[in-house]
Amino acid sequence: MSTYDIKRGVSLYSYQEEYFLRQKSLEDLIKVSAEMGAKGIELISEQTFPGYPNPLAPSVYDNWHALMAKYGTTPVCHDFMLDYKKYKDRPMPFEEQVASCKVDIDHAARLGCPYTRALVSIEPNVLVACADYAESRNVRLLIEVHAPLHFDHPWIIRHAEAFEKSGSDYLGFLPDMGMFLFAFPPVWKEKFMRDGVPQHIADYICKAYEDRVLSEYVILEVEKMGGVGPAIGMATALRHNAAFEPKRMLDHMDRIWNVHAKFYEMTEDLVEPSIPYDEIIRVLKQGGYKGYICSEYEGNRWIQDAFPVDSIEQVRRQQEMFKKLIGEPQAAVSAA
Amino acid sequence: MFDKYMICEEGFGNVVEDDQVVGFTFLARLPYYRGIGLSMVEDIGVVIDGEPVSRQDVRFTVRGRTWTLDEMETEYTERWNFGEKAAVTVRRPNGLAPGRHRLQLSERIRVSYLPFVPTTRDAKELDIPA
Repeated sequence: MSTYDIKRGVSLYSYQEEYFLRQKSLEDLIKVSAEMGAKGIELISEQTFPGYPNPLAPSVYDNWHALMAKYGTTPVCHDFMLDYKKYKDRPMPFEEQVASCKVDIDHAARLGCPYTRALVSIEPNVLVACADYAESRNVRLLIEVHAPLHFDHPWIIRHAEAFEKSGSDYLGFLPDMGMFLFAFPPVWKEKFMRDGVPQHIADYICKAYEDRVLSEYVILEVEKMGGVGPAIGMATALRHNAAFEPKRMLDHMDRIWNVHAKFYEMTEDLVEPSIPYDEIIRVLKQGGYKGYICSEYEGNRWIQDAFPVDSIEQVRRQQEMFKKLIGEPQAAVSAA
Repeated sequence: MFDKYMICEEGFGNVVEDDQVVGFTFLARLPYYRGIGLSMVEDIGVVIDGEPVSRQDVRFTVRGRTWTLDEMETEYTERWNFGEKAAVTVRRPNGLAPGRHRLQLSERIRVSYLPFVPTTRDAKELDIPA
């Protein structure tokens, strides 16, 4: 087994509910993350900083670095978007896409982030065209491998081949653990039922998911059962999600430098009912992963219609689970 | 993902210009986990008491600047930030009568990585003070 060094982090995306509603400030979020021992900080700058990607005042960067110093946290990754559909009447030209990515590379460097996340739909040749610039700023460009895509999908293989051909050490992958969805998330099922999906159809879809039935068959079966509207919506969720295998990451460990620990719900006994984190951490250890796993809570949208959202408690539970799975020394756990 | 927060509870009222009521206004937010450039806001649809409002009568105001929906489509710099409250104003002679009104809002945004253009909706019952 290779040596590994798995470090705990959090994406501020996790706290979107409280930040959207202005219930928590940037400093509040950094502080609570540090208190959980999630010392690596990832962010979506278009969420965190009003106006970005327009130029930000120098004070924004000064404040960021002051917060990192104050709470002992480390910048990990700036997630960028590349709005290539900015123009309604025409595609964004290639050179403009490259120039847009360079703005994000510069911004990541100013934040002190060693990585910047590119969305999975970005063309590989755009990233390859940015590789030398990224190296000059010492920022690595990571394409997010996100469901319904996965490491064996031809689109991702195309990226892997382009990265190898480029010879650059500054192009890599950021896998989102949501692609290893081994059970239909209970919070999704409950939301679909609140929206009107009958119990027997909801039960069928969850069972069919666990039986790994092809999504198209499930959608047809739900139609035969008389399902309409939200029932079809629930079945269609199977088109966008699947239980791919965590071990598929092993072929790409030399280019996996950050990980999104997506989750939809952490129960009181510290379990994510739909994503196999025990297996995921085992694979990351086996692959000798040295980097952060950043909590990415995405449960708020599934419960906010009926329940109060407590993103901080959800992230805290996931971090507690990681302490156990990574196997941090007990002394460190009790000191945290 | 923030559907129920699109229409704000506060900020609903008539608009008065030169002692004339020329329309009504409310505060709105994007149902999205980040801000977005105004050129990618394809439509802001308003239905008041069951009656759809014409696109030409809608104005969007954020940080002191106002656009028509057509003008927004070629606004490539200014943005509607994450969680930011923008004023949506509907030109309508005499505005709305005092009392309770049913306000429906739909926002259509063009998101690069989505293969479709999503429309998200919210509806609330709000009061115009007497």
